[in-house]
Amino acid sequence: MSLLAAERIKLFSTRSPWACGLLAVALPVGFTALLAAQAGDQIDATVANTQITTNLGRAVVLVLAALAVTSEYRFGTIRSTFQAVPNRVTALTAKATVVAAVTAVIGALVGFGCWGVFRAIHAGADLALTGAEDWRPVAGQALVFALTGLLALGVGILVRQTAGAVALLLVYSLLVESLVQLIPKIGDDIQRWLPFFAADRFIGATGDDAANRSDLPLSPWGYLAYFAAISLVVLAAGIATAARRDA
Amino acid sequence: MIEAVGLTKRYGKTLAVDNLSFSVPSGRVTGFLGPNGAGKSTTMRMILGLDTPTGGTALIDGKRYRDLQQPLRTVGALLDAKWVHPNRSARAHLQWLARSNRLPAKRVDEVLEIVGLTSVAGKRAGGFSLGMSQRLGIAAALLGDPQVLLFDEPVNGLDPEGILWIRKFMHRLAEEGRTVFVSSHLLSEMALTAQELVVIGRGKLISQSSTEDFVTQATENTVRVRSPQLAPLRSALGKLGVSIRDEGEALVVSGMDCADIGELAAREGVVLHELSPQRGSLEEAFMQLTGDSVEYHTEIAEPGVPATLTTAGK
Ligand SMILES: Nc1ncnc2c1ncn2[C@@H]1O[C@H](COP(=O)(O)OP(=O)(O)O)[C@@H](O)[C@H]1O
Ligand SMILES: [Mg+2]
Repeated sequence: MSLLAAERIKLFSTRSPWACGLLAVALPVGFTALLAAQAGDQIDATVANTQITTNLGRAVVLVLAALAVTSEYRFGTIRSTFQAVPNRVTALTAKATVVAAVTAVIGALVGFGCWGVFRAIHAGADLALTGAEDWRPVAGQALVFALTGLLALGVGILVRQTAGAVALLLVYSLLVESLVQLIPKIGDDIQRWLPFFAADRFIGATGDDAANRSDLPLSPWGYLAYFAAISLVVLAAGIATAARRDA
Repeated sequence: MIEAVGLTKRYGKTLAVDNLSFSVPSGRVTGFLGPNGAGKSTTMRMILGLDTPTGGTALIDGKRYRDLQQPLRTVGALLDAKWVHPNRSARAHLQWLARSNRLPAKRVDEVLEIVGLTSVAGKRAGGFSLGMSQRLGIAAALLGDPQVLLFDEPVNGLDPEGILWIRKFMHRLAEEGRTVFVSSHLLSEMALTAQELVVIGRGKLISQSSTEDFVTQATENTVRVRSPQLAPLRSALGKLGVSIRDEGEALVVSGMDCADIGELAAREGVVLHELSPQRGSLEEAFMQLTGDSVEYHTEIAEPGVPATLTTAGK
């Protein structure tokens, strides 16, 4: 517990996590408000479709989580961390736990925020959370954001440089995954196994064409488990690498 | 008590630390002396378990660093004063360190008081002067009230007042019975700070002794002899096997005192114009001892400046 407290103090005692956190919630909620007001009638009024802009928040969370560790490498505090806690697996697991908790809270705020704002503006539609299918895309954002945070933390530990890690994560999540689709013949087959595509299928918004495909190999929860596996493997690879190399 | 046994570290082609063994006793300030690039920082990182040795081990009170429970209570270290997040306050920096080793929160205020940073504790560490950063680093090292303290070049870049403060501080820590291991590339500084010296060059141990012994040994006395008849004097001295350095008009003789040289000259019928004892400077002596080990000699030597002096002033 004391290690969690130490990591929590570290994360909250600088400005950038606060700024990222605020932006991660404000961006998707703000855009959802715009969307609901301008185009509410053209979107199928389903609960999942209130979550169309949440990827904006996810992109910011990638930055927040990567920074949580790359800034430690940049300013040398990672050495103080390992000096205080020589078992690096323990030290980095504590950091991962705090990052997961914080990004889960952000995810929940984004999920409920977008849903609430859409519902308030587009009052005509029936967007009440009645069954599991309704709760999954909204409350499920907590899970997606937490796993996104862990994936980015793992990449941050592996890459160590802020610019490199952030560029890699943003270019990959915002560009590469959708460009893969353009590869002739095999593009579609590859795309359905990519991590953020998997996360999107768990939420199930119908904003993009891929969501309407009927040939997907996994159920929404199956896709979440798949996304979780990828995130945790990347994180584990990062922690194992950090434990072996010189700090 | 710190013990290094056969410590070795290789970075690719660079052998940074080469089979280094030494011990650092408690209750004294032990200087870790060597020119830039000698491997001091690398050795300290290995003692703290940050870099894994290619060979050998470093033990603190008989244990490897990574086997210590809540290590800040046993070992405090300041390797680099800049290792602080610039947007974090001094207090928050110490708070997270304290929490990580279950140290009471009031200890943070205590160490801030000890180093005199209480009034700026809430300010961003990024705005601190080098001297203040150095003090914050020392506060962090003292958090767990450790018996063993490591400082890597703590006076580098400080003004004379800051240097004096740190020097006195180290003495106080050692008087309290702690093990204090402090590195420097300046013998003149270490002569004032350290009671024991571990001297290295190019990653290898050159000597471990008391500072006093090292200084006496290093500043071996020489005699300068000037004469219009240098040649016969040189050959007479040569027969006695003493070491002679030629300085054009004069000879610098080591291993023989003025009286003996004067008598020798009289026997040989050589006229003397000067016969004066010379006391070598500390830095010169240090450079002589580690001379072969100075890595960057030629790179940093400016034209006209003897290479052996340049590292000392850096
Ligand atoms: N992380 C590293 N990677 C590669 N070479 C290094 C690394 N750290 C130190 N060295 C090299 O090891 C040697 C010793 O460096 P260092 O321990 O910093 O010396 P000192 O602290 O005595 O000035 C130098 O040649 C330096 O370039
Ligand atoms: Mg150094």
